[in-house]
Amino acid sequence: METVRIKINGREYDVPKDATILEACRSVGINIPTLCYMKEINAIGSCRICVVEVKGAKSFVTACVYPVNEGMEVVTNSPAIQKARKMTLELILSNHKRECLTCVRSGNCELQKLAVDLGVDKVRFDSSTGDRYPIEDSTGIIIRDNNKCILCRRCVAVCRSHQDVAVIGPNERGFDTHIACAFEKDLADVPCVSCGQCIVACPTGALHEKDETDLVWEALNDPTKHVVVGVAPSIRVHMGEFFGLPIGTNVEKKLPAALRRLGFDGVFDVDTAADLTIMEEGTELLERLKNGGKLPLITSCSPGWIKFAEYYYPELIPNISSCKSPQAMFGSVMKTYYAEKYGYDPADIFVVGIMPCTAKKFEVRRDDQKVNGLPAVDVSLTSREFARLIERAGLCFNDLPDEEFDPAFGVASGAGHIFGATGGVMEAALRTVAEIVTGKPCEPVEFHEVRGREGIKEATYDLGGTQVNVAVASGLANARKLLDQVKSGEKQYHFIEIMACPGGCVGGGGQPIQPASVTNFTDVRAIRAAGLYKEDSEMQLRKSHENPVIKELYDQYFEKPGSHRAHDILHTTYQAREKYR
Amino acid sequence: MIRSHILVCGGTGCTSSGSHEVIAELNKEIEAVGLDKEVKVVMTGCFGLCALGPIMIVYPEGAFYSKVKPEDVKEIVEEHLLKGRIVKRLLYQETVEGDDVKSLAETNFYAKQIRVALRNCGVINPENIDEYIGTDGYMALEKVLTTMQPQEVIDVIKASGLRGRGGAGFPTGMKWQFAANAVGDQKYVCCNADEGDPGAFMDRSVLEGDPHAVIEAMTIAAYAIGASKGFVYVRAEYPIAVSRLKIAIEQAKEYGLLGEHIMGTDFSFDLEIRLGAGAFVCGEETALMTSIEGHRGEPRPRPPFPANKGLFAKPTILNNVETYANVAQIILKGPEWFRSMGTEKSPGTKVFALGGKITNTGLVEIPMGTTLREIVEEIGGGCPNGKKFKAAQTGGPSGGCIPASLIDTPIDYESLIQIGSMMGSGGLIVMDEDNCMVDIAKFFLEFTVDESCGKCAPCRIGTRRIYEILDKITRGEGEMEDLDTLEELCNHVKANSLCGLGQTAPNPVLSTLRYFRDEYVAHIVDKRCPAGVCKKLLSYEIDPEKCIGCTLCAKNCPVGAITGELKKPHSIDKSVCIKCGVCETKCKFGAISKK
Repeated sequence: METVRIKINGREYDVPKDATILEACRSVGINIPTLCYMKEINAIGSCRICVVEVKGAKSFVTACVYPVNEGMEVVTNSPAIQKARKMTLELILSNHKRECLTCVRSGNCELQKLAVDLGVDKVRFDSSTGDRYPIEDSTGIIIRDNNKCILCRRCVAVCRSHQDVAVIGPNERGFDTHIACAFEKDLADVPCVSCGQCIVACPTGALHEKDETDLVWEALNDPTKHVVVGVAPSIRVHMGEFFGLPIGTNVEKKLPAALRRLGFDGVFDVDTAADLTIMEEGTELLERLKNGGKLPLITSCSPGWIKFAEYYYPELIPNISSCKSPQAMFGSVMKTYYAEKYGYDPADIFVVGIMPCTAKKFEVRRDDQKVNGLPAVDVSLTSREFARLIERAGLCFNDLPDEEFDPAFGVASGAGHIFGATGGVMEAALRTVAEIVTGKPCEPVEFHEVRGREGIKEATYDLGGTQVNVAVASGLANARKLLDQVKSGEKQYHFIEIMACPGGCVGGGGQPIQPASVTNFTDVRAIRAAGLYKEDSEMQLRKSHENPVIKELYDQYFEKPGSHRAHDILHTTYQAREKYR
Repeated sequence: MIRSHILVCGGTGCTSSGSHEVIAELNKEIEAVGLDKEVKVVMTGCFGLCALGPIMIVYPEGAFYSKVKPEDVKEIVEEHLLKGRIVKRLLYQETVEGDDVKSLAETNFYAKQIRVALRNCGVINPENIDEYIGTDGYMALEKVLTTMQPQEVIDVIKASGLRGRGGAGFPTGMKWQFAANAVGDQKYVCCNADEGDPGAFMDRSVLEGDPHAVIEAMTIAAYAIGASKGFVYVRAEYPIAVSRLKIAIEQAKEYGLLGEHIMGTDFSFDLEIRLGAGAFVCGEETALMTSIEGHRGEPRPRPPFPANKGLFAKPTILNNVETYANVAQIILKGPEWFRSMGTEKSPGTKVFALGGKITNTGLVEIPMGTTLREIVEEIGGGCPNGKKFKAAQTGGPSGGCIPASLIDTPIDYESLIQIGSMMGSGGLIVMDEDNCMVDIAKFFLEFTVDESCGKCAPCRIGTRRIYEILDKITRGEGEMEDLDTLEELCNHVKANSLCGLGQTAPNPVLSTLRYFRDEYVAHIVDKRCPAGVCKKLLSYEIDPEKCIGCTLCAKNCPVGAITGELKKPHSIDKSVCIKCGVCETKCKFGAISKK
């Protein structure tokens, strides 16, 4: 790595040549506070919190965008700089609805932490302007309170750069600037896919998902309800972060313990449904390959992606797998097979999904996800809401005993676990499909080409003499890039995995929120994904079709993958959507 | 054979006072008396003396008629054109000396002016390229394309010392050099015609009066830096400028002076107009480029600088209209000629738009280094109605107030910065004793609060908080601590804002605090507005000694605050009075005064 020698606070350091001052300082252990900066997608120098002094510069410069050069002398913490940061923050706070005690982000707010760190102990300016905007809750999923918005534009950047959805941006100007949809339309009336990346990007409480924990409390306390819960693959590497454990810690065995103590009657693993998805989707792929069906086949696990396709690629709807998502399959099995087997009235079963996702909240409301007229899943909670349930119930999460999911629907293969990372569904499907096609054990079981943090990955595999081209995209901007190449004929694939969120579910809109001071310098998604791959690698059961629960499910109920009954219960349809209303 | 030319101003000022009607009437009357083969009416750009519009000048006599109405035209035609008798009553009175008529150039308004950027304004028909060519137009381009290397062009501009006339005064030659040195498959030349300072209209006048000067200079700049494409970013509120620019671009293309293979050489340059929607911040270079790119007009952090990564991330130069208007003449007459005007560090001339409390409002072009006194007292004719000069604001809302005590300051880049103001684009607003300086500062801040783009926190929130404190003071609710907060806040916004808008927005406050602190203190401590402007601190009173009870004031009071019996002294109910001042203006006996 080429370096340059610069002076930081009077000491000399060798720092990477292409670094910004922010990166250079961080590389030698000096943190400069930031608010608006998001690595790669929001380097706009707008919040002015990261100002530093550079010898010879006319005024303060913003460390997040200013490149280093040989011989540069930087001061990051002079009294003038500290005063400047403090005053800027005081100004920002003067236009922020400071209801910290009752704010959803209290304790995990970058603004709050900064106020403490910079020593802002009073706000001298008129703060009556901090309550000017109505709360935008038209979607019932993503809630925006512009009174808490500090206009860092991180939400705008993720919506545009990561997702290429770009339904929000700054409206008006100057002091009246606020983030909203074009022409002040409701979020529900524009092609927002509810991916929730904006929430994860927000440093304050200006964006959050609609809290539905009360619905779950009610059900748990309703003696007529049989309340079952399923936990998504990535949740096991998410939840530890809420309770002070290192990022990526796998707490799978604490989850059943917590859920039982919350009062759930059935405590299940959606990874089992992920295995079921592989059976159905793998069969669909094989059928299409054999019978000249519509190719490429595109995965359907990610509801943000499904909605995106319905808005922007309706012509590709026939390519999308008709399989319901693992969450919906889980709920559908609960209200059919499980209800029959254990003697419950499906109407009395209340299904809760715990998901790294906000788009799942949209999915559960879709009519096309219903099973026998009932919603497959009644409430879908994010990891954050789940953490709130645990806190509210007074559970000492880290001290809970290790427990297992209920065996009725609680055994999963490693293939099911890796669903939570980009490329995981693809790899899981390949493990099963390869074995079916070749009739021989799939060895090795790992498909490294489709793993990793790249936004688009492609590979070609020989499956019993057939060359199968596959591609994996995560983040909708990458999906768009890939699909445009498919549409233009530039690329030909047989099977494509698409996840709406960058990095897949480990980077989902319902994940624990890490501050930018962490995400700018740590690949949080990769660390979480590593936790899933590690679990998979340590397992004996690594292929979906070997899962005994799945085998029993087909033996006793669905007969075989792709059966008539499976289609009735586990498959669905999609619809083209008008972008603007 | 044409024996007489009548030049009528077709600039925005005279157009709005009816010059087109005057032209139509002139043509009609001239034809009626059969002089249409001998007298030619030419619509030109701005003369500068906008306060006197519609303006016309009749050559060869050089008779300068002002405030001409269509109904005056018949008299001018019959008396002046037919009988050779100048119509004295319509002359600009400064040009009348006894029975003689002085040349316009001898009047106070024009005597000290040297017109370089404005040389063709008011002289040629801007919609006819032949007239531009007739005044040496496109000769500089020819010289550059046929006899000079690009670097030589840059060297000439550098040697001239020409500095950006848009406000910051960055050396133009250096800017060109950076862009010439930058590596890029495509480079751009842009013109900033987004003149946003309230009251400034020199760029508009150049585009309206001499659009080819800008086109020629941009083509020269393109040759110098190796650009093949250019944009003029002009605000949509300048319809006349836009239309003349469009005509000029078309004509230049027709003549082979723009487009492919200019003048038969290998050099090609294409020029397009982009309309701005009127945001002040779009005059900032990176915001302007962002706007041309089709995005919300907001500034970007620098580096990268536009010379390396500007429009569409390609090497770009951006100069303003007035800067370009100097270029062709520097090429033709040489850098020494340019340096012979102005000061050593600020060579050349500068156009100023005189406005506010000054007799001769309008446009003047003077050598740099001319003192404020010369501009205000000699050229501008001082404050009207014998009022005392109090201060002048240069640089528009980004500049500062220069107090009367500094009236002998030479106007150049350095001197203005030193006293806490700036050149800006050349707006010069004069204030007299009736102006309250706190109110003036508030006025400018109101503008910047409104025009802040909202991207960076210090400007977006800081300017608003500054405004709120000023408003509090003008309402008589200020406290002395507010002055410290105000100063701290102003310095903070200056030092921490992302772009020039925020970095200069506090200047009007800081300069008035510096030179007129006593006025702030009077508002805060004495709860009094010394100039009698801030309504909350005023009260109107009727002097019972002078009031004869005519009832006129009571009849005209819009809120019924004045009561009294006929022929008996009236009185004002202060709890009802809205301090509109109508009573004072209506009273014929001087009985009502504000305190």
